[in-house]
Amino acid sequence: MAAFDEKEYTQAFDWSIWKRLLPILGRFKGRYIKLIGFTAIADLTDSIQPLFQLYAISHFIQAGTLDGLIPFAAAYLLCIAVLSLMVVASTRQTMYIEMYLGRDLRRDLFEHLQTLSLSFYNVTPVGYLLTRITNDTNRIAGNLAWNLNDVVDVVIYVVSSFAIMFTLNWQLALVVVLVVPFMAVLTGWFQPRILHWNRKVRKINSKITGAFNEGITGAKTSKTLVIEDRSIQGFQELTGGMNRSAVRAARLNAVYIPVTLFFSSLTVAIVLLRGGYLTVGQVMDIATLSAFISYAMNIFEPIQNLTANLAEFIAVQASIERVTGLMDEIPQITDTPEAVEKYGDAFHPKRENWEPIRGDIEFRDVTFRYPDGGDNVLEHFSLRIPAGTTVAIVGETGAGKSTLVNLACRFFEPTEGQILIDGRDYRERSQLWLHSSIGYVLQSPHLFSGTVRDNIRYGRLDATDAEVEAAAKAVSADTVVSKLEKGWDSSVGEGGDRLSTGEKQLISFARAVLADPRIFVLDEATSSIDTQTEQLIQQAIDHLLTDRTSFLIAHRLSTIRKADMILVVRDGKIVEQGTHETLLRAKGYYHDLYSKQFAEENAAKILGA
Amino acid sequence: METEIKLSGREKTGIILRYLRGNWGFFIAAIALAYMNTICNAVMPQIIRVTVDSVLDAKEAELPAVVLRLLPMEELRADPLRALWIAAAGVALAAAVRGVCIYGMRINLAKGSEGFVKKIRDDLYSHILRLSFDWHTAHATGDIIQRCTSDVEVIRTFVCNQLMEVLRTVFLIALYTGIMLAMNWRLALVPLAFIPITGLASGVFYGKISTRFKVADEAEGEMTTCAQENLTGVRVVRAFGRERYEIDRFAQKNNRFSALWVELGKVLSVYWASGVFLVCLQIMAVIVAGTVAAVNGSISLGEFQVFVLYNSAMAWPVRSLGRVLSEMSKAGVAMDRVGYIIKAAEEGDRPSAQKLKLSGDIAFDHVTFGYQGQEVLRDVSFTIPWGSTFAILGGTGSGKSTLVHLLDRLYDLGEGQGSITIGGVDIRDITREELRRQVGLVLQEPFLFSQTIRENIAATRPDASEEELRACARVACVDEAIADLANGYETVVGERGVTLSGGQKQRVAIARMLLQNAPVMVFDDSLSAVDGSTDAKIRAALKERMADATVILISHRVTTLMQADKILVLDGGRVADVGTHAELIARPGIYKEIYDIQMSSDDRALVEKGGNA
Repeated sequence: MAAFDEKEYTQAFDWSIWKRLLPILGRFKGRYIKLIGFTAIADLTDSIQPLFQLYAISHFIQAGTLDGLIPFAAAYLLCIAVLSLMVVASTRQTMYIEMYLGRDLRRDLFEHLQTLSLSFYNVTPVGYLLTRITNDTNRIAGNLAWNLNDVVDVVIYVVSSFAIMFTLNWQLALVVVLVVPFMAVLTGWFQPRILHWNRKVRKINSKITGAFNEGITGAKTSKTLVIEDRSIQGFQELTGGMNRSAVRAARLNAVYIPVTLFFSSLTVAIVLLRGGYLTVGQVMDIATLSAFISYAMNIFEPIQNLTANLAEFIAVQASIERVTGLMDEIPQITDTPEAVEKYGDAFHPKRENWEPIRGDIEFRDVTFRYPDGGDNVLEHFSLRIPAGTTVAIVGETGAGKSTLVNLACRFFEPTEGQILIDGRDYRERSQLWLHSSIGYVLQSPHLFSGTVRDNIRYGRLDATDAEVEAAAKAVSADTVVSKLEKGWDSSVGEGGDRLSTGEKQLISFARAVLADPRIFVLDEATSSIDTQTEQLIQQAIDHLLTDRTSFLIAHRLSTIRKADMILVVRDGKIVEQGTHETLLRAKGYYHDLYSKQFAEENAAKILGA
Repeated sequence: METEIKLSGREKTGIILRYLRGNWGFFIAAIALAYMNTICNAVMPQIIRVTVDSVLDAKEAELPAVVLRLLPMEELRADPLRALWIAAAGVALAAAVRGVCIYGMRINLAKGSEGFVKKIRDDLYSHILRLSFDWHTAHATGDIIQRCTSDVEVIRTFVCNQLMEVLRTVFLIALYTGIMLAMNWRLALVPLAFIPITGLASGVFYGKISTRFKVADEAEGEMTTCAQENLTGVRVVRAFGRERYEIDRFAQKNNRFSALWVELGKVLSVYWASGVFLVCLQIMAVIVAGTVAAVNGSISLGEFQVFVLYNSAMAWPVRSLGRVLSEMSKAGVAMDRVGYIIKAAEEGDRPSAQKLKLSGDIAFDHVTFGYQGQEVLRDVSFTIPWGSTFAILGGTGSGKSTLVHLLDRLYDLGEGQGSITIGGVDIRDITREELRRQVGLVLQEPFLFSQTIRENIAATRPDASEEELRACARVACVDEAIADLANGYETVVGERGVTLSGGQKQRVAIARMLLQNAPVMVFDDSLSAVDGSTDAKIRAALKERMADATVILISHRVTTLMQADKILVLDGGRVADVGTHAELIARPGIYKEIYDIQMSSDDRALVEKGGNA
């Protein structure tokens, strides 16, 4: 399998990417309208604040009277109260949009992922998908709520402030306006560079985390090889690079902020100069001048923020691209329209139309290669597996033993040829029809967070407690339960990590028993399990094999010997086929494998006893 | 395993001071420049005051004598335009000085903070690498990484952002209130009264919300776990046809998480709005009170404006001070967690330990050893002749790995636990580094670094030639397999690259050890994932290439064991038997039993043939 490469994303604004969000944004139209309304009122009340100062100077201080101070204070207080209430209202709307937009994105993505084929999962790391479901959706939603709100906020604030300034004195206002393009150019130059370096810093940061991971996991090996010093040196080079990049990023910011500050101060100076001149000439009064100075001082920070907001807004395009890219992923295996018509899809099954399944499986002239390329792993392969047969697949780790199972379970479909279940090509029916009849127990059994009971019930959701317990008893999984503090309602921990591997296996057996599948697949564990549990597992397997068509990806001799048919896999291909006796007698590859396993199991038995 | 400790305040300060060493200059410069900036910032309102009062309103300027001497006030009043020019120039100058200060402050802070965090990271990394084998066995990787990354980040924020902000804000408050008090103490009481209200309200409120944050974070964690389990368990989901069920489950967690945040947003909106309200109220209070004072004539118009400006400049920092102080409490826990690692003891050597060329028989003398209260080896004595091949047979928990770990000093024998000597020298008198260089050990589960295969094999000797490298790979029977990979020796392995099979990994690890050229080589069950014939090939190649080496093999395979010069059988931590293959099969015991079974009846010839092909 090729190394998984993260693709590079475009940087320039691309409307076709953003367009994809329109349908989902449409759901929040009402919310957005409300949000803009609240924000607009907040900005208006905010931008008139300096006028109170103006009024205080001209009507009280310069007039030398306090008449009307109470109504003045009341009006002022009212304005503040409205502003505060609008902050509450707009924050709530923004939060609502962020969370529910994010929720919808996550839900859509998650639902889509449920339809994608296993071939997709085989080549895509879980971490990569998880990042899309969590981080990217969060970033998109956060951006389309907070950043968008900030942009609207700044625009309204700046526009209304300028409107007031122009009303007060258009000449002075013009002076302030003239500085804006300077500011824009400056920010336009700095922001992308700052963003670039910040990204670089983040990248190195994740490398450092990776280095810690590597260093700590490999610490024991480093000790035996005495390469600690070299490893430490390598780490220090990394942190040294971090240091340089971070200081570089900080330097850009350290220049940008004072420069913009200087420009805004310069504006204040010009206003003071020009306004003072007008005041001396009695054209403008001091109150207006002081209000003007307030506006001039307050207006630049929002403009600065605006450019930063816009830069970030565009940066989120990469997240949108990642999420929509995943949404565009097409399932490799789909049910035909006829099959969906008759049997329903994965989310809306029409169980009433499902034929009961017997479990005859036939590979008819099957040729297969994995979709991610490579050679044919099966060529014109034919095999009849009558219902109730136990098929063992043996071979070394990584030899490709899962291929047949993947095909039989329709996790993959043949490249050429047919697979028939009960005499009919399985592509004529729905995937769910087949999957509902399969019991699957994995090498490293996968449990879900939740109680023991929940996990067993996963096999059949409508099972009663009694049925769950009976299934557990059938495979001795109740011995696990009896050891747990809260019995059936004990939590198994994240991924079942509160249980041992053997215990997890027993629970997953119980889960399979409850499902009562016609086809049973066991990917046997190689890890050592204590003798007592081992025996329980053997009994459980016996129980599960009766009357079912079974595939055993087997390691233990005892399991292999039970099989009616053994397929031997080497380098991805089936090299031998037969029963235990015929294969042993043939003295081929199976014999080698068997001898090795035999020797090891017996040695382990003597030493362990 | 207890992994939490509580450090005293003194210890915490000690740790911070230790990492600040060498970076003090940056921090002091940053603080000094920050204060300069604050002072310059205080100047602008004063310029406006003088301009308003003396130039526009023709009052007597209240200025320090020094400034008055520089400014020809009489002339200026006669020529207001010139006065305005000076004022404007003053504003611009103050801004320019501030600009320089801000630049200097930010650069120094960045250098100081990056230097500080680099020092912690470097120190933690090298410290962790030098912690004992035992320590690494006892601690979960994820937790340690968390401490080295997130917790370190919390400490950095504490020292470089929060502490600095507190120092800055306190100075700002002191300076501005000081000036205001000097100008008119009665009016100054108004903003002064707001400081505790705004600060406290913010701190307390923030403290309250943070518990809610925790609940929402946990809900997010649950949702992520649900998605992760679905993705890792996708085969189970599909095999049981549980797509619908999974979607419902995820939707429930997704809804809960979103709803919790929307609820939290309601509280947050009040928190933010209350901030806006208090700050605006404070400004309003000063404007109203200032108006009264100005109308009464106790302050001038210019002073009124100064009050308004200072007050506005102070209001937001006071509010964020409350939040910062409340957030700072988190740093204590992070310090405890990082401190736990820092305080763990590194591996050490006796002061008398020396570098020594190993030579001579390896002798275990009455070795008794255990960990975590459980005895693993009991009174084990045996000798491995220098240059011989020595095999160890034993079951799970028989102590065979412990035996070779002791030989490599991954664990040290304590007093009264016996001794291990090589050529008569106690290995505790040899430095660990030297010993480990000369005792090559392949661990049972070897770790390959996420580098290229070449880098992995050449780990101990990056300068090794291509020939040497491939020769080692050939001995380990992995050269061909590597050459078959698309990128050959340049293939990156591990998480970011190609996954090798267990057997391939073991063989790469063997090649890596071989390149070490150690006179003593230990294989801790390192051929278990390799099939019998490859196992034999590797051993044959080893014999040929390194005939003088002392080889210690741990294995279950009789075909492997029988070729050793001597075989040790361990059972439950005791020596059950020692002898040559011929001796051991001549008497009843574990070895003979295994031999009989592995070599039984009709399989026997074939196994031997297969094993030695």
